[in-house]
Amino acid sequence: MAREFDLSTRAVCQALDVDLVELPDWSCCGATSAHATNQRLAIALPARNLALAEQAGHDLVVPCAACFNRLKAAEHKLLAGEWNGPFDKFAGKIAVHDLLHFLGSAEILDRLSERRRRALSGLKVACYYGCLITRPPKVTGNEPENPQAMEAVVAALGAEPVRWSFKTECCGGGFAVSRPDIVRRLDTRLYRMAAEAGADCLAVACPLCHANLDMQQKAAAEESGGLYLPVFYFTELMGLALGLSAGPWLADHCVDPARLLAARGLA
Amino acid sequence: MDTIKPESSFAEQVVGLAGEGVNLCFQCGKCSSGCPVSFAMDHPPHHLIRMVQYGMKEAVLSSSTIWVCASCQTCTTRCPNGVDLAHVMDCLRQLALEAGVTPAEPEVAQFHRCFLDSVAAYGRVHELSMIGRYKMKSGGLLSEARRGFREWREGNLGLVATLKRSDAFAEMRQGLDMVRRGKLRVLPKKIRGLDSLKEAFNDARRPR
Repeated sequence: MAREFDLSTRAVCQALDVDLVELPDWSCCGATSAHATNQRLAIALPARNLALAEQAGHDLVVPCAACFNRLKAAEHKLLAGEWNGPFDKFAGKIAVHDLLHFLGSAEILDRLSERRRRALSGLKVACYYGCLITRPPKVTGNEPENPQAMEAVVAALGAEPVRWSFKTECCGGGFAVSRPDIVRRLDTRLYRMAAEAGADCLAVACPLCHANLDMQQKAAAEESGGLYLPVFYFTELMGLALGLSAGPWLADHCVDPARLLAARGLA
Repeated sequence: MDTIKPESSFAEQVVGLAGEGVNLCFQCGKCSSGCPVSFAMDHPPHHLIRMVQYGMKEAVLSSSTIWVCASCQTCTTRCPNGVDLAHVMDCLRQLALEAGVTPAEPEVAQFHRCFLDSVAAYGRVHELSMIGRYKMKSGGLLSEARRGFREWREGNLGLVATLKRSDAFAEMRQGLDMVRRGKLRVLPKKIRGLDSLKEAFNDARRPR
């Protein structure tokens, strides 16, 4: 899953002189399945990754919203001295960032403006944050109701972020397999609201948001009135503006963005 | 109207696992107005919290609410009294499993079990085998096979044509397509530190 997020993130970071090192032997954070059913696993699983990162001496930059959220929850618990269990040695010597706010920092945006090869003019983007990058703010440290980090990135690319009120509404998250009906209902609402705000595509920063919004769109055609809204990872849009070869990433999408990009002269 | 059978020890049990917050709810309903999945719940979130305060153990643990909650954290973020509702839901699911209550949404509970089994086995989720196992365990495969057989017997399509029209076939084709595109790994790969992870699973499953 999410191979295009992985590849575009690596390519964009390289183009912006950000050195990424994959955390050696990382393990799954347990995602919703752990915190939804076992409060010990909910902390122990991400705590292992915190310990590995501290051992390696690197800050963590996390592309997945759920991993980021669980790492922050574990960090919060461990630093408050409320964890008595496996992997309890974390001392807080490294920081945990979500990829969006990391790449949306003033320093990186400056570099982006300098190295931009073309403006994504005419592209109207509904920036979609979903849940776990921002909520709950006491854990994530991010603005929960009207975040602006992705709008700042999209504007720096020369595209136009639209104003809309559903940017932090849930996409259905991990229910894609067990309750696809819920995902379809929530996502249909998102397509409609984005289109109503004048967007011609969605930008996301989470693999699960992408999977749901991209994979459900054709199935939801009847309810949504057949809306066509390609779903980009924000890193893919960065890659397009930086002049990187985006073909292999975009070929992975269920909703083919080729028609939209051709119409805006960006193919 | 149903009679309430309170178990005061239940409210204490929830406070013990989820914290004192549960008692701070004053029923403003902000959680339920912002909840994106309340349409699929049998009790909206603020009702469920009241039910916890009343000690309605059976009704709470057998509710669909706890399994339909998407953990989006909107309620937790907006509660004026700082009640961490999403965490309360987490704790209620755990208590329901520990008490052996049949989940109102068996598919959701089964999915979580298959997901965590995959993490325990490899250290990371192997999507292909995890979803296959989920399909077997949730009875999805069996009920789809039964339906397909019935459609074949009652319809006038051949066996292959019936198979091609089935949901299971469509899902399988979607899966194969993702394997072909390299989005799903065919074989699982174990992490090196699996032993340390096993300790964490043992710790988590120890009764407390």
